[in-house]
Amino acid sequence: MSKDLTTRSTAWAASFEEEPSQVMVPPPALTALKPFGWAKDNLFNSRLNTALTLACLAILWFAVPPVVSWALVNATWLGTPEQCRAAEGACWSIIAAKHRPIFFGTYPYEEQWRPLLACALFLVALGVSAVRACWRPWLVGVWVGCLGLMGALMWGGVFGLTYVANDRWGGLPITLMLSVFAIALAFPLSVVLALGRQSGLPAIRSLCVGFIELMRGVPLVSVLFMASVMFPLFLPEGVTVDKLLRALAGLTMFTAAYLAEAVRGGLQAIPRGQYEAADALGLSYWQKMLLIILPQALRIVIPPIVNQFISCFKDTSLVTIVGLYDLLTAANLATTDPEWRPFFGEVYVFVGLIFWGFCYSMSRYSQWLERESNRYNRR
Amino acid sequence: MTNVTRFLNSAQVRGWFYQGLVVSAAALTGWYLVSNTLTNLAKRGVATGFDFLGREAGFEIGESLLAYSAADTYLKAFAVGLLNTLAVSAAAVVLASVLGLLVGVGRLSSNWMVGRFATVYVESVRNVPLLLQLIVWYAIIGRLPSPRTAPELLPNLFLSNRGIKYPTLADPGSHTPTLLALAAGIAATVVLVRWARRRRETTGKPFPTLPAAAALVLGLPLAAFLLNGAPLALDAPVREGFDFAGGGTVSPEFTALFIGLSVYTAGFIAEIVRSGILAVPHGQTEAGLALGLKPGQVLRLIILPQALRVIVPPLTSQYLNLTKNSSLAVAIGYPDLVSVSNTSANQTGQVVEAVALMMAVYLVISLAISTYMNWYNRKLSLVTR
Amino acid sequence: MNISLKTIAPAAIAAIAALALPGAARAGATLDGVKQKGYVQCGVNLGLYGFSAPDEKGQWSGIDVDFCRAVSAAVFGSVDKVKYTPLSAQQRLPALQSGEVDLLARNTTRTLSRDTANGLNFAPTNYYDGQAFMVSAKLGLKSAKQLNGATVCVLPGTTTEQNVADYFRANKMNFKPVVIEKNEELHKAFFGGRCDALSSDASQLAAIRAAETSAPNDYVILPEQISKEPLAPAVRQGDEEWTNLVTWVFYAMVQAEEKGIRSDGVDTALSSPDPDVKRLLGVTAGNGKNLGVEETWAYNVIKLVGNYGESFERNLGTGSKLKMARGLNALYTEGGLMYAPPLK
Repeated sequence: MSKDLTTRSTAWAASFEEEPSQVMVPPPALTALKPFGWAKDNLFNSRLNTALTLACLAILWFAVPPVVSWALVNATWLGTPEQCRAAEGACWSIIAAKHRPIFFGTYPYEEQWRPLLACALFLVALGVSAVRACWRPWLVGVWVGCLGLMGALMWGGVFGLTYVANDRWGGLPITLMLSVFAIALAFPLSVVLALGRQSGLPAIRSLCVGFIELMRGVPLVSVLFMASVMFPLFLPEGVTVDKLLRALAGLTMFTAAYLAEAVRGGLQAIPRGQYEAADALGLSYWQKMLLIILPQALRIVIPPIVNQFISCFKDTSLVTIVGLYDLLTAANLATTDPEWRPFFGEVYVFVGLIFWGFCYSMSRYSQWLERESNRYNRR
Repeated sequence: MTNVTRFLNSAQVRGWFYQGLVVSAAALTGWYLVSNTLTNLAKRGVATGFDFLGREAGFEIGESLLAYSAADTYLKAFAVGLLNTLAVSAAAVVLASVLGLLVGVGRLSSNWMVGRFATVYVESVRNVPLLLQLIVWYAIIGRLPSPRTAPELLPNLFLSNRGIKYPTLADPGSHTPTLLALAAGIAATVVLVRWARRRRETTGKPFPTLPAAAALVLGLPLAAFLLNGAPLALDAPVREGFDFAGGGTVSPEFTALFIGLSVYTAGFIAEIVRSGILAVPHGQTEAGLALGLKPGQVLRLIILPQALRVIVPPLTSQYLNLTKNSSLAVAIGYPDLVSVSNTSANQTGQVVEAVALMMAVYLVISLAISTYMNWYNRKLSLVTR
Repeated sequence: MNISLKTIAPAAIAAIAALALPGAARAGATLDGVKQKGYVQCGVNLGLYGFSAPDEKGQWSGIDVDFCRAVSAAVFGSVDKVKYTPLSAQQRLPALQSGEVDLLARNTTRTLSRDTANGLNFAPTNYYDGQAFMVSAKLGLKSAKQLNGATVCVLPGTTTEQNVADYFRANKMNFKPVVIEKNEELHKAFFGGRCDALSSDASQLAAIRAAETSAPNDYVILPEQISKEPLAPAVRQGDEEWTNLVTWVFYAMVQAEEKGIRSDGVDTALSSPDPDVKRLLGVTAGNGKNLGVEETWAYNVIKLVGNYGESFERNLGTGSKLKMARGLNALYTEGGLMYAPPLK
């Protein structure tokens, strides 16, 4: 399935330069064989369309050559800052020189194979979870094992690995872990909140509504500020919670509120008859919910959950505002070196591409999943 | 079954019991957190309460819609921050809607090239964190020339790394007749549109509303302006010292935030517009054309009202997101509510109060926007039935 | 309807409890807590060259970091029993108030309101600073008085921001502030030409110029110092024992410089006949007991970290990129303000 995904996206990417592929916008099949006929039907079929096509072509004509010459032709790939200054194009050398601090922040240099391995493990686990055939109870076991192993790798202190405190962690592992943990912790919380919001008990309903609306009504930045600055004051003297964990708590609460609304949508999509049938069978509230309603509702909300995961992944970049070393912060710090400072643009492009790669493949996956589940539901 | 077990099994009793349990748990937790906070603060001798709002702020704010100086109070500083947040959000909502509408329609265009452009736009802006996009926009604007070498784009309009400098009208008082005429033109247009609609509904005769409205809104003020002797004294920006003197300024921070928020949100709005238009069955267009309506009329009278019903609810949440996302201003130095409240928190040391105030204000803004949009949505669904 | 919410309440409580689980609970005085957990939690700057900054490999260094290490040496006899919490300007006070850090060594200006309304206690000033302006040399400015109408980049949430406003008000000049919370972004804005001047403590400006430009001569620091910035380590109010220890660790470092005891010479100094040195190094017992630590506390500090002068030269002075003069931070015998009360 993930193979399918990559072929799709490469086909899509290829369709930019060449003939249109049948994946995105299917042009009329007959004329597609004759390029001129196709162009006439799809690009020059009216006066307005001709004008628009020419405008687009003009934009391409003016935009593409400078970008290509900056990014590829005149770029410096493996050089010194001096060579970069002399060259006219992009300075990709800064990525080569600074990729370690960008990816791993201040993690001890000699030990950086550990976060690398942890990230790789993470991606494998993510890939496995994307395969529908693997949606079995053992997947939970895989994740628990994976996270345990990652914890061991990152912290060390076991198997002869030296201990690394989590204030030294940074870069990509932080971004990945924050987003995955936030969504994983937010999910059960969101189910509880959604059920509470649908509950017939007014006090419980208003508590849940209050929490959801509060979280959805304020910006994530303020939730993170609260978590990082105010939260320590909420706890009794002497009890402290790690900075990373506090940001995670903020992110989780925020994500849970949005996720709860998605789950509520799923609950509302279940036909009334299902509830009534369960009641008629004499099932208790929890039997009804756990055995009848939630399994159906959660299937519907899988695509919104993936979408929420994408925004959560992007939102982790905000932890930079409360002083955590995520990918964006690490990249920013890597450019403070005066030798390389002029080339921070290239680092932003690089980090942007990483984020884009993750988010784009996940959104394609979610679209595919949606189509797939529609097919599944069709009779 | 005894009365006692029946009592214990009654759904109502159990309902009350569990509600009592949850509410007291929530209340206990709340009380626990509040009392901890108060104890912690009291033990350290940290001041509490909102008295600080009345004290002199002592810091300057880069841009302000109100007259503000360091000698004003914290309360006024908060108001300045709030207005800055609202200003950038309102401006970005407009641009994002226009851009989103264009891109969304573009994705459905029969023109293959335009469709591709729109798709690339949507897929690139939606999949990169907004914070990164803002930083990049700010960096791009920062590369503009300094005031001393800034180019004059149009007469009296300068573009530099200190922002966009534009001329303002020198004597605001002399433009009162023009403004009054503009107001009259708008009022007349509203009346005209209502009358035209009633006439169409009763007699079926269309009225050329658009040219008439244009004549009223543009013509009336123009006439007033000319009759008033066409006062055109400008307060133009001139290079002076470090910067420009005179004229108005759009700061680089505002510009970066405005462009970044609009471009990002437009990607989401485009998708909403697209699905809204797709939700109207094609038969509606055909039926409209069969009735003899022109394509423009079909779009305006048949497609859009139905599409809007699908579009408005998700659009509301995008507007809300945009407003909340404007809090990222803090990363590029636009003095919005978050920035001002952070500064106040640091100057006074009263972090809890400042953050709570900021969150409360955002909550009020969010609730106000969603209340209005819900009202609008209800109105829309009534009209179309 | 038969609704039971048996699991909602426990789940909610568990969720709340889960948030509070990590982090060992410690009660009582800070020093006992520190001894019990085995390290000093030290709040430092996110990255300010010469004061506290991590290098490429994540090793912290700087004069503030040295002070954290000195406190660790005094308590544990080892400089490695420190955990660093990098804090932004607005996180630092709550972090200390809430007990997240035991010691705040983060170039923090001592002010009356911080000492009172913000619940801090300050150790002696470890760096006497003053706020100044840095401008591009191309502007050809000679004095801060010429800055009327300038755009000034400042870090928000510091005394800096108010000082600039005060200075311009006092001199009847106008300015436009650009405030960005993150140092990197702020400096990028200044070097990119967004602002005419960058205002901060003079030492910080020198640090920024040395560490973040490739041609330091392109920028000048204007001579006016517009404020007094005594930077001092801080601890929570209400714990005299810990305040005492932190205070006297600093004085021990100054005393060692007064007596000319360096880290490489401290072992020979053990046999010194000078009664002051004997008391300082714990040869004559008493000081350690009063402070609640080993009698060798000051010996450890000097042996493992060095005296104040060594720390200064290594991080800010001739041994560093900054090449700062001692100035006000010289010993009182050399025209500075550093002066240690008797350690007896």
